[in-house]
Amino acid sequence: MAKSATGTDFRTLLQDWIPKLVLSPSVAAMVVFVYGFIAFTFYLSFTDSKMLPSYDWVGLENYVRLWGLSHWWTAIGNLAIFATLYIVICTIIGLTLAILLDQKIRGEGMLRPIYLYPMALSFIVTGTAWKWFLDPGIGLENTMHLWGWESFKFGWIKDRDFAIYTIVIAAVWQTSGFVMAMFLAGLRGIDNEILKAAQIDGASNWNLYRRIVIPLLRPAFLSAIVILAHLAVKSYDLVVALTGGGPGRATELPATFMYSYTFTRNSMGIGAASAVIMLMTIAAIMTPYLYAELKEKK
Amino acid sequence: MLGNYGKKMAAVTALMATTSMANAADVEVLHWWTSGGEAAALSVLKDNLAAQGIGWNDMPVSGGGGEAAMTTLRARVTAGNAPTAVQMLGFDIQDWAAEDALGNLDDVAAAEGWDAVVPEALQAFSKYDGHWIAAPVNVHSTNWVWANKAILDGLGIAQPTTWDEFVAAMQAVKDSGKVALAHGGQAWQEATMFDGVVISAGGPDFYKKAFIDLDADALSSDTMVEAFRRMETLRSFADDNFSGRDWNLASAMVINGEAAFQLMGDWAKGEFLNAGKVPGQDFLCFRIPGSEGSVTFNSDQFAMFKVASDEARAAQGTMASDIMSPEFQIAFNKVKGSVPARTDVDGSALDACGQKGMAEMAAAAANGTFIGSMAHGHANRAAVKNAIYDVVTAHFNGEYDAEAAAEELANAVDAAK
Repeated sequence: MAKSATGTDFRTLLQDWIPKLVLSPSVAAMVVFVYGFIAFTFYLSFTDSKMLPSYDWVGLENYVRLWGLSHWWTAIGNLAIFATLYIVICTIIGLTLAILLDQKIRGEGMLRPIYLYPMALSFIVTGTAWKWFLDPGIGLENTMHLWGWESFKFGWIKDRDFAIYTIVIAAVWQTSGFVMAMFLAGLRGIDNEILKAAQIDGASNWNLYRRIVIPLLRPAFLSAIVILAHLAVKSYDLVVALTGGGPGRATELPATFMYSYTFTRNSMGIGAASAVIMLMTIAAIMTPYLYAELKEKK
Repeated sequence: MLGNYGKKMAAVTALMATTSMANAADVEVLHWWTSGGEAAALSVLKDNLAAQGIGWNDMPVSGGGGEAAMTTLRARVTAGNAPTAVQMLGFDIQDWAAEDALGNLDDVAAAEGWDAVVPEALQAFSKYDGHWIAAPVNVHSTNWVWANKAILDGLGIAQPTTWDEFVAAMQAVKDSGKVALAHGGQAWQEATMFDGVVISAGGPDFYKKAFIDLDADALSSDTMVEAFRRMETLRSFADDNFSGRDWNLASAMVINGEAAFQLMGDWAKGEFLNAGKVPGQDFLCFRIPGSEGSVTFNSDQFAMFKVASDEARAAQGTMASDIMSPEFQIAFNKVKGSVPARTDVDGSALDACGQKGMAEMAAAAANGTFIGSMAHGHANRAAVKNAIYDVVTAHFNGEYDAEAAAEELANAVDAAK
């Protein structure tokens, strides 16, 4: 009797401890390398670091300088334009493609991976390929001229005012397939009984989608928007490959700003301050989402 | 006493020790000389060192102005694994010396008498606190114009001597259907043109006041507005596709006869020579009209980092000595397009443009118009240089007009100081 009690205790003890043991290296690594270094960057943003980290406290001076730089305001403005267009257009295209693919068409198995292929490319490849495609001298505009359409003009990538939209085009092309996949999964999870019941009640196709399917896709919408938002804020490689910061600095984003100030311009303090602002932006998006998710679980 | 196993281990350890000794005399060199002419010039040094039994670990990081290379360097130094020698420009050397990361070349300098043969303005960057920390390889100058002679002859244009003649010449080329100005739309290239344009608008004293003293009145003055207007004129003569073009592709446009002029430093000459062109016959080299008599320079120097072992230090000393030897200075600069950093070298082996450069450098040094180039980190620190880059490139791409640009320039420099 006593022996089996101890035996059960030992096994339960092991069952409790083994998961914690196995997870602890990853947790430790994450605490140090992710959160530890976030704290380090946060500290650096209050110091006078120039080329290499220094530990002399200067208070909010870096933040004051940061918000006084017109370069930073350009980057923030570009982020607002880019993020809004990117999220909205990707969601619309993704949802449309998912709904169309869900209509039990014949070639679905073939079409789905085709739409997903762009996601397999790295942003550098996407950026370089679109840079060549959008270049007026060697890309689309030149081809249209060669095909006889002489007055065709598409020099957005070389235009200060429109270059940011070329980044939106390339980014949307890359990620729409992924958003489509998320919505498709969401659509597949909708119970057929509800749809049949609605059809019996005489709902038209349009009403069906508008009032039943799309509201039921709320979790998928939330996931898509959160993922797209964080992809937009951390966009660096796409900008560097596609426009290199744009004609002049017309396509600078906060990520490229942070990199250039920290490393090229030997102003690590200002770069760290901009990184902290980026973190706060992402936190502002993630925290309500996390709160909503955790609340539901309760 | 030692069993079979012990004997084997002893043999292996001894072997490992000898191999590590053999590798100690290698130099690892970080640089950004990746285009045709530049790589050819560097292999002269590589071959010299190989002949002396020192191996060469090449670490090229491309990017015309060296930005990517400097970023890589910072990562390496922070990781504690600094390369042996790094190609560096101007104030960057001083910044690294201030971080106590560089070694000491005083022994080699004293033995070979460098103090006497290197111009003062150059020594300001090679020495820190009176100690030699870098070996200058060459002296480049940034206020040059490179012209395709065939196009000019075909249109009957003489080499321009004033700014207005220059504008008229470019207009004539544009009217004939060719591209007047071959330009690469990268921030450092626009800044390189700006060096010479500022001198042409205000003279060398204005340049010193604006870019070395960073005087706010000079930066926002009417003379600076005129300089920006001249940049707008240049912009009107560039073709529509200039944005993002690399400098050597712009040089290629002039070499191939698609464009007439390029305003670029004399590293462009290396491209012309590499393509088999002859100065005076196929291409012309002259100072940006209005900036004659002044030489805005930048000097590539190999900064020697602090290394742990004696063999590595000895290899560094040998490399520094090689770099400063008259034979290497001539051989390298002949291929690279620049001018030797030593004033006592016989320049007759250089081509016509190189000899012109040497003579003008000597004259400018004597006159006090041998000034560090702002565009290449020889007039102010990286933060200020990049702030100026921002304004110049934003203005060139149409974001401001000339008056707004001059005001923005003063603000940006002030914020970056």
